[in-house]
Formats: sequence, C-alpha cells, structure tokens
Amino acid sequence: MKIKLKSEEVKVFYKDFQALHGIDIDIYENRVTALIGPSGCGKSTFLRTINRLNELIQGTKTEGRIYLDQKDIYSAEIDVVALRKKVGMVFQKPSVFPMSIYENVAYGPKIHGIKNKAQLDSIVEKSLIAANLWQEVKERVHKPAAGLSGGQQQRLVIARVLAVEPEVILMDEPASALDPISTSKLEELIGELKKNYTIVIVTHNMQQAARVSDYTGFFLNGELIEYSKTKELFVNPRDKRTEDYITGRFG
Amino acid sequence: MGTKGKEKIITVLFWFSALIIIAILVGIIGYIVVKGISAISWDFITQPPSRAGKEGGISTTIIGTIYLTLVAMILAVPFGVGAALYLEEYGRKNTRFGYALKLTAETLAGIPSIVYGLFGFVFFVIFLNMGWSILSGGLTLAIMILPTITRTAQEAVIAVPQEYRSNSFALGATKWYTIKRLILPAAAPGIVTGIILSIGRAVGESAAVILTAGSSLGMPLNITDPARTMAVHLYILAMEGISMERAFGTALLIIVLIVIINYLANLSLRKLARQ
Ligand SMILES: Nc1ncnc2c1ncn2[C@@H]1O[C@H](COP(=O)(O)OP(=O)(O)OP(=O)(O)O)[C@@H](O)[C@H]1O
Ligand SMILES: [Mg+2]
Repeated sequence: MKIKLKSEEVKVFYKDFQALHGIDIDIYENRVTALIGPSGCGKSTFLRTINRLNELIQGTKTEGRIYLDQKDIYSAEIDVVALRKKVGMVFQKPSVFPMSIYENVAYGPKIHGIKNKAQLDSIVEKSLIAANLWQEVKERVHKPAAGLSGGQQQRLVIARVLAVEPEVILMDEPASALDPISTSKLEELIGELKKNYTIVIVTHNMQQAARVSDYTGFFLNGELIEYSKTKELFVNPRDKRTEDYITGRFG
Repeated sequence: MGTKGKEKIITVLFWFSALIIIAILVGIIGYIVVKGISAISWDFITQPPSRAGKEGGISTTIIGTIYLTLVAMILAVPFGVGAALYLEEYGRKNTRFGYALKLTAETLAGIPSIVYGLFGFVFFVIFLNMGWSILSGGLTLAIMILPTITRTAQEAVIAVPQEYRSNSFALGATKWYTIKRLILPAAAPGIVTGIILSIGRAVGESAAVILTAGSSLGMPLNITDPARTMAVHLYILAMEGISMERAFGTALLIIVLIVIINYLANLSLRKLARQ
C-alpha cells in the first residue's frame, strides 16, 4: 500500500504553548484515516499542518517534516498555493460563500486559472455530482448558496473542494453540525470518495470513525498514542489510554 | 401589570420615538421645501449667479460642490479602504502600531472641521502655494473624511466571517484574490455606508471649504481654480442678508443633490459587489 502522507516529529507551538509533541504517522493512499481524541488534544492543529494553514495564525511555529508523495511540504521550494490545490480541507462549520451555488464551486478552479465557461460548467456539474448534491440543486445552481440546508451546505463545501481536484481531503469534524440523515449521507459520500482520494477525517464520534475509516489514530495531549487499522484499534487497543477513551471511561 | 401589558407599553414607547424622529425629519425637510421651492426654477439650476447671488442661478456652485466632493472622494476612498485592508488583512494583529492608528483615526474623526480648514489653509493654500482651489479644498476634505472612511471600512472588513478567509486560503487562494473575490464584496455595504456618510459631510461642509477653496462665483474648470460650493453659497446668502429665499432654494438643492449622490453611490457599489 502506498504511503501518501508521512509526518515526522511534527511539533506545533502557539506562542509558548506546545500543542503537538512530535507526531509521526503514515497515511495511506485511497484510505480513510480517522483521528480521534478528546477536545483540545491537537487533532485540528495536526490537520492544519498538512495544508500549512497554521501559518496563517499569528504566533505559530511548526517543526518537523511532512512528506506528500515523498516531497517535504515544508521545504523552501514548495509553493503553498500548489500544495493547497493538492490538499483540500473541509471545515467543521460549513462555510458557503455569499454567492451562487455555481460560483461557490467555481471559486477554486478560477483561482487556479480556469476561465473557460464550458470548462467551468462541466467542473461544477461533475463536482456537484461527486458530492451527491447535483440532483437536489441542478435547477437552482445560480441561486444564492445561503438558501441551502446545513447538510446541503456541507456537501456544497465538499463539492467546492473536489472542484480543484485535490489528491488528499482533510475533514475536520465535517458532520458535527449535521442531523443524522445528513450525517449518513456524508458518510456514504466519504466511502465513495476514497476510491479517488486520500481522506483524513477528525471526528468525535467513535461509531463514525469505526464506520468510515480504515485506519484510526488516537491523539491525547498533543501526542499520537496509538495508530493502527481501525478494527484493531477498536477491538484490540494496545494502550490502556486508548481503551479508556474508546470505552468512554475517559474525562 | 403582566408581561403582555409591559410589552405593549414598551412597543408604544419605541413606536413613539420612531415617530418623533420621522416627524422632525419631515418637519425640517418640509419647511425647507416650502420656503425654498419658490426660488427654484430651471434658470436657478442652470444659470451662473450674478450680483453676488441676488440674481441669476447657482449653477457654478453646483458644479463646484460636485467637483470638490469628487476630488475629495477620489483621494480619500482608495487610501481609506486601502488602509483598512492593510490593517485588517495584511498587518500583524494587535500591534501597537495598529492600536495607535485606530486611536488616531478615532481622534481625527472627532476634530471640528474648521481645524482641518485652518490646517489646509496654512499648508496647502499658503505653504504649498496651491492657492484657494478645488485641489486645496479637495485635499483638505479628503483628510477630513479619511478617518471616517477608514474606520467604517475597517469595521466592515472585520465583520466578514473569519471562515471565509480560511476556506478561501485552504482552496489555494492568495490574500489578494480572497480580498478581491470575497472580502470586498461582502464588506461593500458597510464601506458604502461610510462613503455615503463622508459624501454628506463633504457636501455639507462650509467652514473648511471657505478657507481652502475660497468663495469665488466663477465656474471652476481647472483643479487649480477656486470655487464656491452650495453650502458656502447658502452660508453667504443667509449671513450677508442677500436673499433668504435663495438660501432656502440652495438648501433644498443640497438635499436633492445628496439624495441623488447617495442613490448613485449605492447603485454603483452594488454593481461592483456583484462582479
Ligand atoms: N489559535 C490558537 N492559539 C492558541 N492556542 C491554540 C490555537 N488553536 C488551538 N490552540 C490550542 O492547541 C490545543 C490543540 O487545539 P486543537 O484545536 O488542535 O484541538 P482539537 O483536538 O482539534 O480539539 P477539538 O476536538 O475541541 O476540536 C488546544 O489546547 C488549544 O487550546
Ligand atoms: Mg478541532
């Protein structure tokens, strides 16, 4: 199995506070990797090191190396724009832009220089289809995106990410604001997407991690305590702390 | 008394204060219309003043007002919005410099216009030898409204949800692309509000304008020409007892002009935001 992403000794500091204490993890291509752990343990922070979004927060410092297809994304010759084209991100709260559904999806491709109307049309349609949203919105793609439901907005955000044709998709608690039906639609979608993408998903929902992921990493206080195949981790945790967490005996 | 009763009284009170505000507004405008309408005619709008404004129209002052306001806006809007964008999007947050700038802007916004006028007179008119001119007046008015434009633009930019930025950056957008496509359109209504407030101040300003653009009744063609604005004209007509009727006519046209300018500003910026 091919390693798509590899992190070595990744440490993140927010001013004086160290949020990650050296994370080493291999993330496999075309697999779903779930990151679980209690609130504040550094899951989101780690996710943001993969697309270098932490840099935008004043006062952060990142150490260590992250390789995407064997290339260190923190090396000087890496172009962040190109990196973020390859590594898309879905945030916890769906944030649709104040423009039409169509313009939301076309936003990314336009950044990367696609101007041709026919080409944009086809990207928008393809992305909305891939995000399981096309059927619901095809009649109103030129209407404001703010009119969509929460679950639809989250799928629109995913379509927007897919439209730039990334290789890796980072999802930070994508279902936390969704109702059960939207959540199961989203999980179904993740299952389909992994055929073409490498997915890293942060979730607080243990059942969800067990349902959607192939690999699971358990974070605690800025450290990766345990990382293995999802089944193994949930059935046979090696570390006492992992066991306490997944069985709910944890703070 | 029950909650319902209280609710009712409060509603009535609010309704009453809204009514008073509307009544005051309607009263003043109504009074100006009644007193001024008789002075207004096609000639009043299109003819230049003669005999110090006793006769003729006020065409040169209308042109002077528009010209001066336009120059002030062209100078102030890009700088004000640019400064706001720099402070909120590019500069480091919570620095002493940023704080000092914010404080300066707030202090500057509170300084009486005549002080700006005095500064403009000494600096532009005399020291830089620009004389009484549209340029001196425009620069002075620009400095006067810059704090308002900067602060309102800053507030409008701050109000744009942070998630827009992180989502845009995560898609690979640069800062400038994010500003152009996302932040400016979302902040446009707030920025327009600041611009409209500033236009109102510039059009209505008299003291600072007399000191820097003069009160010549000639038609201002060049930017180096002196000019009299409608507000200055109104002031002189009333103060020197030239004609109360014409003063009210001028006042009425100032209001009409402000309404038209606001409408156009709203329209053009909304169009801009849609692009
Ligand atoms: N911008 C920031 N400035 C300072 N500290 C931060 C910042 N962002 C996160 N932290 C701190 O870093 C630690 C890790 O935060 P992070 O958001 O990565 O946790 P998380 O595991 O995603 O938590 P949650 O499950 O609640 O989302 C926390 O202690 C948090 O307070
Ligand atoms: Mg988080």
